[in-house]
Amino acid sequence: MQVQSMYFKRRAAQALGDEILQANLAKFGTAGLAQLRAQAVQAYGPEAFERLRTAGAEIRDRGLAELDTYIERFEREATRRGATVLFAESRAEACDLVLEICRRHRIRKAIKSKSMLSEEAGLNEALDGIGVHPVETDLGEYIIQLAHEPPSHIIAPAVHKSKDEVADLFAKSHARPRKSDIGDMTREAREALRPHFLSADLGISGGNFLIAETGSGAVVTNEGNGRMVTTLPRVHVCITGIEKVIPTLEDLATLLRLLTRSATGQPISNYVSVFTGPKGADDLDGPEHMYFILVDGGRTNLVGGDMEAMLRCIRCGACMNHCPVYKTVGGHAYGWVYPGPMGAVLTPAYVGLENALDLPHAATLCNQCGVVCPVRIPLPELLRKLREQQVERGLRPRTEMLGIRVWSWVAQRPRLYAFAARWAARTLWLLGGRAGRIRRLPLAGAGWTIGRDFPAPQGKTFRDLYAKAKRADRRAAG
Amino acid sequence: MLSFAPARIHCNDMRVGLFVTCLVDLMRPSIGSAAVKLLQAAGCEVLVPPTQTCCGQPGYNSGDRRSARALAAKVLGEFEGCDYVVVPSGSCGGMIKTHYPDLFEGEAVLLDRIRRLGGRTYELTDFLVNVARLERVPGRFAGTVTYHDACSGLRELGVKGQPRALLAGVPGLRLKEMDECEQCCGFGGTFAVKFGEVSAAIADRKCAQIQASGADAVVAGDLGCLLSIEGRLRRRGDGETKVLHVAEVLAGEAP
Repeated sequence: MQVQSMYFKRRAAQALGDEILQANLAKFGTAGLAQLRAQAVQAYGPEAFERLRTAGAEIRDRGLAELDTYIERFEREATRRGATVLFAESRAEACDLVLEICRRHRIRKAIKSKSMLSEEAGLNEALDGIGVHPVETDLGEYIIQLAHEPPSHIIAPAVHKSKDEVADLFAKSHARPRKSDIGDMTREAREALRPHFLSADLGISGGNFLIAETGSGAVVTNEGNGRMVTTLPRVHVCITGIEKVIPTLEDLATLLRLLTRSATGQPISNYVSVFTGPKGADDLDGPEHMYFILVDGGRTNLVGGDMEAMLRCIRCGACMNHCPVYKTVGGHAYGWVYPGPMGAVLTPAYVGLENALDLPHAATLCNQCGVVCPVRIPLPELLRKLREQQVERGLRPRTEMLGIRVWSWVAQRPRLYAFAARWAARTLWLLGGRAGRIRRLPLAGAGWTIGRDFPAPQGKTFRDLYAKAKRADRRAAG
Repeated sequence: MLSFAPARIHCNDMRVGLFVTCLVDLMRPSIGSAAVKLLQAAGCEVLVPPTQTCCGQPGYNSGDRRSARALAAKVLGEFEGCDYVVVPSGSCGGMIKTHYPDLFEGEAVLLDRIRRLGGRTYELTDFLVNVARLERVPGRFAGTVTYHDACSGLRELGVKGQPRALLAGVPGLRLKEMDECEQCCGFGGTFAVKFGEVSAAIADRKCAQIQASGADAVVAGDLGCLLSIEGRLRRRGDGETKVLHVAEVLAGEAP
């Protein structure tokens, strides 16, 4: 997927001006996944859930500390059970491996369950390029595939669309009378998808987790499409990031408890598919051939560095559900596959700091993401670290750096600072006039007054007033 | 005429350094005066180091560690002699308490001093409730207020019940909670300037909640949030709803 993250500001402005999107986002914000998570945490017991978060973070850290060992173990176990484990260093290489599998097995049609990695790699375009049409079977992914749009949320990819927009889209794409009831629309989508499920010869799934102990992959869905994709076609490819390997099935149980509650507030998703090797001699169903493609795509660069904690991410989406910026501009503004706080860290980490300059700054550092992250990723700290890396590499605008450095330089010189503050307090107070507020600030302050007045100061600095009052008190006492 | 002469003899022997914050100093000194009054009412001896300026957070959050570290060292020098450091801002308090140590990593001696300073640094309402144990609040307020939980105070310092407990002691004041009181107001320091449109849109949602609460005033513990909220309320055409710092309300010094 092409990286558009350099244009965050422009894209955010477009999002703010898009009335339909704003209405959809408002609905998501007030009746969305954040509320469902809160209810689930309450039901689980808030303190117990905090312990669960700690356990989740520990499991992920344990897996990452010896990632190479666990990847090897996974490879060994999966191979022993008849699967083929392939490794791709880059996203392009991952696509090549899938295309190679298509050629080897003479694949004509592929069905897919949700995979963010395939979005990273642009796998659908690559498949189309060799004449294998991939059909997305997750309802949200199916919708955006029909609309030729990228996902705007990692677990609710079509959350930016309203029911009416989907109704129009279905009527056009399915060439059937327009329906307005969500149940009817879902049935129609199922009917449209069913023949694809039955005729596809390749199933491509993502992998929420890979279990080293058993060489299995695990996929979490609510629609059952994951189960069909991983069992119906004669070939199954599970494509996911190398960091998804966890040590044991016991660890999977813990992480599942966290994942679904954090994502949708469900104690468990409707389907949890754990797949281990291809169809055996006694099995009634399952693929004849099974592949795991483990993709690096920049992940090892994070190991041992400032951003390592980001590799813990289990892709629940809680950070974006709780992010004031995401809830205001939606996912497309972020310009790549991953939006919200986790995307603001991952995008620069994976596609280059210089290709996503705004993202680490497009956050209020309110830490609503940090306190809900199921694996305790300190997202605001990572965003701040990325800002530091930008400064170290000289990537920030000159005027911005000058502003910060002049401010700090003056703030280290109390007399000069007092003089400047006195002047600013008086000038801004005068500008505020009788109303006590400023409609338009000059220079860097202009950003503030785009959508807000600037309340004028009271005219004198506290330290001046304090010093004066102290002198008066001393005189009165003396 | 302002007076900062203690109204009564100190009874608790606490020498409290007031870090007034650069924003309060420049924009709204009445918050500083209110803080002095409250600390004195709690029996503390208040010190206001005259050379204090900024805690360094703008540099820190902009990725400029060097200037943040220089200002942190300056704050350390100015406040190390105090028994406590009290800050009428969860944001600057959180900077000193939870982020300063990050700036002195690997400098054992300084890091130790910084940690000890952080250990005795408090957000104002937290200090009044949990350390100074202020019993009688000097202010009075006729009307309903709604409380906005500013992010750093809430999530870095655990400031939640303290301001509410103090407000409950203000004669005439009725607290009415708004929906989503823990939601960010969109200020975010330089974010408010760099992403003004997004910031204002987030503030707009906060303003809608404030207005829906029907309160006469919105109260918070951080001036940054207050400026953002007030700016957006006025731009929305609301000239009525008062926007006050919790110290102003508690001290009866609402402008």
